[in-house]
Amino acid sequence: MVFAKKTLPLIVCFVMGTLVAIQYYVPHRLSQSFIEELSHWEIIIAAFAFFLGLVSVMQVHIGKLRRRPPGWGFSLFLFAGIIIGVATGFISRGKQISETGAMTPFGWMYNNMLNPLQGTMFCLLGFYIVSAAYRAFKVRSKEAAVLLMVAVLFIFARVPLGQYLWESVWGSTLPWQLHQIVEWIMNTPAKAAGRGILIGVSLGAVATSVKIIAGIERQYMGGKD
Amino acid sequence: MKASTLFSITMAALLLAPPAARAAAAKPAGKAAPTAAAKPAPAASALSAVQGLAADDMPYDAGSEVLISWKAMPYDAPAVKYTVHLSSISRDGPWAQGAVFPSDTKYRADIDLPFWAWKKTKDRHAVALNLETAFGVDDEVGKKRLRGSVIYAKVVASDGTSEAASPAVSALATSDWFSLPKLNNFVFTLLFCCIVLWFISNARKKDLFMRRIPGLDAVEDAIGRATEMGRPIYFLTGRLDIDSISTIASSLILGEIAKRIAQYDTQLKVPHTYAMTMAVCQEITKQAYSEAGRPDAYREDINFFITEDQFAYTAAVNGMMVREKPAACFYMGYYYAESLLLTEVGASVGAIQIAGSDAEHQLPFFFITCDYTLIGEELYAAGAYLSRDPVLVGTLRGQDTGKAFVMLAIFAGVILATCGVLFGFEHGVQTFLEVFKSY
Repeated sequence: MVFAKKTLPLIVCFVMGTLVAIQYYVPHRLSQSFIEELSHWEIIIAAFAFFLGLVSVMQVHIGKLRRRPPGWGFSLFLFAGIIIGVATGFISRGKQISETGAMTPFGWMYNNMLNPLQGTMFCLLGFYIVSAAYRAFKVRSKEAAVLLMVAVLFIFARVPLGQYLWESVWGSTLPWQLHQIVEWIMNTPAKAAGRGILIGVSLGAVATSVKIIAGIERQYMGGKD
Repeated sequence: MKASTLFSITMAALLLAPPAARAAAAKPAGKAAPTAAAKPAPAASALSAVQGLAADDMPYDAGSEVLISWKAMPYDAPAVKYTVHLSSISRDGPWAQGAVFPSDTKYRADIDLPFWAWKKTKDRHAVALNLETAFGVDDEVGKKRLRGSVIYAKVVASDGTSEAASPAVSALATSDWFSLPKLNNFVFTLLFCCIVLWFISNARKKDLFMRRIPGLDAVEDAIGRATEMGRPIYFLTGRLDIDSISTIASSLILGEIAKRIAQYDTQLKVPHTYAMTMAVCQEITKQAYSEAGRPDAYREDINFFITEDQFAYTAAVNGMMVREKPAACFYMGYYYAESLLLTEVGASVGAIQIAGSDAEHQLPFFFITCDYTLIGEELYAAGAYLSRDPVLVGTLRGQDTGKAFVMLAIFAGVILATCGVLFGFEHGVQTFLEVFKSY
């Protein structure tokens, strides 16, 4: 039992982890087929795991319908959505456009309900950026002052009015234009910082992978023992 | 105009004109003038078939390319073009056009391979041709047929008026077992893995110093706050599935945080966007509650699945946040556009927020909306930091050693490159820097 629950997964993890790492250095066609095959396995496992997710959703929301806590009506709405979505999907055979070129009920739902809802959520970003910026730009420290200064420069550089004002005030007295300053900030200090983070992330990812492949980190399968 | 006057004007113009024009004018009428003074004219050496033509398997690939090479010819000039033709049927065609380029380009030195895997010279032209692209094959049957076929190649030199074709040569494209250009990557990875493992084994013997990470020190405060307020704690594992290393790292942090939450008997909620991640996190949370001595406090609905859709997931989590007003929110893992949507709502309900992400383009949003942010590799260090397990702490020292090496390499590279420009050994520096390049 311990072998099946602890030792076997560790062996599988070590063998597969090592093979996938080595695969990067082996350009042979067999090596490519191996990685393709693995991705197929992953898709199949993910499809099975989706049923786990569905069961989880059912458990949570059936529980809510039974207990009727505040906001239980949303659970009812969720079940209605699932049933209508699956039913229209079956009726439309999973297609958005029928053979005659007409939009199917499934396509109608996707284009007129799901897409606008997703767009609405995405549009909220605009408002949230403003409110987050308002809080962030309160000059409480030197770092916040630098952040504010760079942000103002960027805002000015990105709108025609900002560029117009810059030219009106400074004209050609300065050796750089506003867009050049902003490009320099983006391409030099910002990119250098980004690369620094990326190097750290890569090293961290390799170290974590080594821990998992070597079986030093076993928490992902429920602990060490 | 008199003939003598005309002669004088012509002579004066010739004396004032550049040397190339003088040479052209000095040539007898009816003969072609050279186009450039410095370069020998194509007309001076008549087109002939290319010499030393060879077709070989392109090394270090999956057998999808052939390498066609031939000697640099005396008539190489921008006006003369080489056309490489390929055939998979016979030595006599039919031919597919593989590449066309000016004859003063594409030498062996132009192929982007490092010095330890490729001899870079300018005395031979070389062009690597992808067979599937050259023959326009995109179906599996065609690709399979190409794989075992002998490929014939010929090169035609043309200056627009005349052509010279070479005899056909043949090659068989084969798969290779090791990518020699990636040798540097292999050696560095192996070295780094050895360093990490050495520090891990060393950590068992003595205590290693660990630098403070404020974001992780605040975890206790966040959990304590939630306990005092009697509100739930939200833990999000990011937008990627469990096959992503950042999601694995975030699930390891979940284990450590869940242990503390179990001790305080606070409510934990982990909404998931992938069912497979949920299954792994369920095991981790169950074990954490068990290790904390509170298996009775574990509930199956701590981890729950919402949806794989990005904005539907965000809307659901935001809705729960607004209704339940969590006291603390943890955002660990990789995020996309939903980062700000989630954290801004978290901030609006007054939650203490700790984020950790390796998505560098989302880090600014976390900085401005969260109380603490783990930057990049701190996400991977968090599990070890929270557990204080000496074995895991050893990996942090390994990571730091790796970073020190990279910093030294960057510093040495900057000095070398600058000296190369100043003292004129740029080529040598470029060759040396290939050691650190990705192929």
